[in-house]
Amino acid sequence: MVFLSTAISDARITESASNGEFHPDTVNTTIYGTRWASEDIPRYDMPEDEMPATVAYRLIKDDLALDGNPALNLATFVTTYMEDEAEKLMAENLSKNFIDYEEYPQSAELCNRCVNMIARLFNAPMDNPCFESLGCSTVGSSEAIILATLAMKRKWQLSRKAKGLSTENPNIVMGANCQVAWHKAVRYLEIEGREVECTADLLYMDPQKAVDLVDENTIGVCAILGSTYTGHYEDVKAINTLLEEKCEENGWDVGIHVDAASGGFVAPFVVPELEWDFRLSRVVSINVSGHKYGLTYAGVGWAIWRSPEYLPKDLIFNINYLGSDQASFTVNFSKGAAHVIAQYYVLIRLGRRGFQKIMSNLTDTADHLAERLKATGHFEILSEGGGRGLPLVAFRLSTPHHYDEFDIARRLRQRGWIVPAYTMAHELEHMKLLRVVVREDFSRSRCELLARDVVSVLKTLDLLDEKSIEAHRSAANEVHQSAVHQRHSSIYLPPNPDSDDADEVNPSFGIC
Amino acid sequence: MVFLSSVVSDSNLAEEDSARYEDNSVNMTVYGTRWASEDIPKYSLPDGEMPPKVAYRLIDDELALDGIPSLNLASFVTTFMEDEAEKLMVENLSKNFIDFEEYPQTAEISNRCVNMIARLFHAPVGRSTEEALGCSTIGSSEAVILGTLAMKRRWQLGRKAKGLSTENPNIILGANCQVAWHKATRYLEIESREVPCTKDLLYMDPKKAVDLVDENTIGVCAILGSTYTGHYEDVKTLNRLLEEKNKATGLDVNIHVDAASGGFVAPFVTPDLEWDFRLNRVVSINASGHKYGLTYPGVGWAVWRNVEFLPKDLVFNVNYLGSEQASFTLNFSKSASQVIAQYYMFVRLGRKGFTRVISNLVRTADYLAERLDKTGRFIILSEKEGRGLPLVAFRLKNECYYDEFDLASHLRQRGWIVPAYTMAHALEKMKLLRVVVREDFSHTRGSLLIRDIMAALQHLDSMDKASIDNSRSHRAKHRHSAFHKIRNNEKATSNINTSEDENYKEPKSAPGVC
Repeated sequence: MVFLSTAISDARITESASNGEFHPDTVNTTIYGTRWASEDIPRYDMPEDEMPATVAYRLIKDDLALDGNPALNLATFVTTYMEDEAEKLMAENLSKNFIDYEEYPQSAELCNRCVNMIARLFNAPMDNPCFESLGCSTVGSSEAIILATLAMKRKWQLSRKAKGLSTENPNIVMGANCQVAWHKAVRYLEIEGREVECTADLLYMDPQKAVDLVDENTIGVCAILGSTYTGHYEDVKAINTLLEEKCEENGWDVGIHVDAASGGFVAPFVVPELEWDFRLSRVVSINVSGHKYGLTYAGVGWAIWRSPEYLPKDLIFNINYLGSDQASFTVNFSKGAAHVIAQYYVLIRLGRRGFQKIMSNLTDTADHLAERLKATGHFEILSEGGGRGLPLVAFRLSTPHHYDEFDIARRLRQRGWIVPAYTMAHELEHMKLLRVVVREDFSRSRCELLARDVVSVLKTLDLLDEKSIEAHRSAANEVHQSAVHQRHSSIYLPPNPDSDDADEVNPSFGIC
Repeated sequence: MVFLSSVVSDSNLAEEDSARYEDNSVNMTVYGTRWASEDIPKYSLPDGEMPPKVAYRLIDDELALDGIPSLNLASFVTTFMEDEAEKLMVENLSKNFIDFEEYPQTAEISNRCVNMIARLFHAPVGRSTEEALGCSTIGSSEAVILGTLAMKRRWQLGRKAKGLSTENPNIILGANCQVAWHKATRYLEIESREVPCTKDLLYMDPKKAVDLVDENTIGVCAILGSTYTGHYEDVKTLNRLLEEKNKATGLDVNIHVDAASGGFVAPFVTPDLEWDFRLNRVVSINASGHKYGLTYPGVGWAVWRNVEFLPKDLVFNVNYLGSEQASFTLNFSKSASQVIAQYYMFVRLGRKGFTRVISNLVRTADYLAERLDKTGRFIILSEKEGRGLPLVAFRLKNECYYDEFDLASHLRQRGWIVPAYTMAHALEKMKLLRVVVREDFSHTRGSLLIRDIMAALQHLDSMDKASIDNSRSHRAKHRHSAFHKIRNNEKATSNINTSEDENYKEPKSAPGVC
């Protein structure tokens, strides 16, 4: 009879509760009601016990909410936007091990196609089947640079050995404006890095000076397509001509490696007539970052060699796997396949026309921003416009003020913008500059907002006197450092280098 | 007036239609668009764009030709993660790991992982002046190269301080070491002194290893979990012998432990085994997060006992917006997802969870070994009960006209990838098969594998020698037609270089993906 209900006694309620029907910890509360939410998340030691998957997910996600907003980060070239379809592809392929050719032959095939497309984009010679160019995917340009340097060094060693000459003191010629990856490559592979100093008039490598530094021990010359400091394209054609002359004269065989980390996916679309790639006879290898203007998320780069001759065979590892020989050239081994697949997606999705449209938009935006900054009357623009360099704006205060570029960067940061201020390369450290990188997701309207905020920062700084700026600086320093201290409590910082090896530790600027 | 309709003339209709078909991306499913009837771009960047859905679908369809990871018993690399972990990874795909300034919390999470791993490996954490340090890597290859670089530089600095030559560094390792070590020694120009394996000892003999040590030795590499047979090398004995030799000769030679596979197994299954920083000569350890660290590929770890063993001129200080960042890596920008996923695994599972998962794997491996042993056809070469990695390495007991490779290829027809390979240098005549037990290899799947192995044996027994030879040559011809394109490039490489240098030795084959 449903019309007659009993009022259940408390005793029975207690009984049923104690039977374990209710287990508030796991079943009935949200994550924030569980014991894990009231405990500190494990930081220093693996916890003794498990925790439910949803709790672990939520706690980590909440932790990561303290990361920055990539859209306002104008310091980095690295892609922060991809289409949903691309993200879906990546998600579906997260579990694939790129190096496992045998298990994932099709992923390997997509990588081959990317290499083919990029080699053709860089005008690699395609006429002789015996001298086909070759290349590989990397985690980024750092790996690509180490591999290319290794190849140049080994080729030099082999030819010196064949002639019975010493292989003791290899050197490489590069501009002082090169990226930190090059310092790493030369230090780890024990090569002397001969740097061409930048001057106030030429903020990147002077071809003549570079070729003057070349001698019999030079394994190669590195040219940068898109200097990280100011976005300038170095004059690879002139280097090529001068180097060709010098090699002919001396009977040497010194090649050029082009570090096209940022420019490799810009120049071919914006200034296709610019000769910087395999069209030039001395260019033997090129690296490019897929995760910069290749419009793919962080974790993919490419290295391409003109022909097998430039990639000595004893560097290539043939791994015998289930009867099939696989050649590989990498400093990593197992890695995710998702990034390579995503790169292929971008290449076929956009095609030349799509890349052209995007890169032209970015160039226009950069030009527009440069205009606006110039119009403030405060700044001198150091970067190129009209697509003659990377789509970025490097600028500095045109006249000395009682505040500097670092003060501007600090003020902008309070508004949320990360615009890096830095000093120029070696020998030009007194020159300070600011840099705004125009990425795919930096739209015209966001550009307007930035210009507006720069103007208002200038106004504020103009109003302040020297004393209050000084006070602000030291306060910012303290706050900044304590924040870093807490965050990076376990990042190892080597003790301050002693005066005599101060040169060894070469602080270079930022994320590129 | 809607009650009076005009009949649209055909010509008007045609006009409308043609306008509609111009834009065939709007109305068609992917397979009705022109892209579905064209070859997908392979060699050159296409001229025009294609809609995102089409590009997605075409690539997705191509990738359907990739294998099924769960039947791949060759690889140690993780192929299963929980949905929550995958979700975290996807949400963080766009983050650049190296951008500390923009993503400080991601950096913090990496630090926490290093802390947990260092403690797991019993790094001395008592004094604030001698804290251990470490970094995330893409995998153990990078970690091995970094470890070798640190040992080499420390040796160079020590020699230079004494005014001695730094010309001929060498490193001692077992012939059973992973290909990453050959890579490290070749790229960093170090002589690799290999301790050959013998029939009785399929991994490095500590005594022989220490005998090879001299003043030019930058370090000794011990492997926790030989890739060939899963054996743990005897690091404790190695440590003792090395300590004695160091004392007797005044040398300062240390040990790097390559715990790529064993680093996340031994601490949970055999916590009493001393192989890590508990031994005083162990100065650095690498472990793969994407093996028994149970994370998707793309994460490894290198840990050093303390600052002394990581010369500071190898560490790069990048000044970024006023905050100094130290980094030691061969890569720079990379994805942050894998590191975050690794942290998820640590906090999600804890010691208890890892112990449960890994114990299950050990049990499954033991079960497989027992069943294989019972068939009377195989000799089991790997260890049991957690004294080695959770894998089964085995070979045919009796000589017959078919071998381990034939068995592997038969299993492959059923979909199983069970690698057959030859043992390391000096024991190449010994062939073996290896089944790696990963997290997603359940007991049930184990039984299925046994059933199929038995069926394959029966089939092979019923074949005569001629037909086996026949199927071998057929296999050699047709196996890798899919690889034609990749291998063309390789051929070009070898054609051109073969005559150049005679000293060149063909790189040794290793049991592949590890």
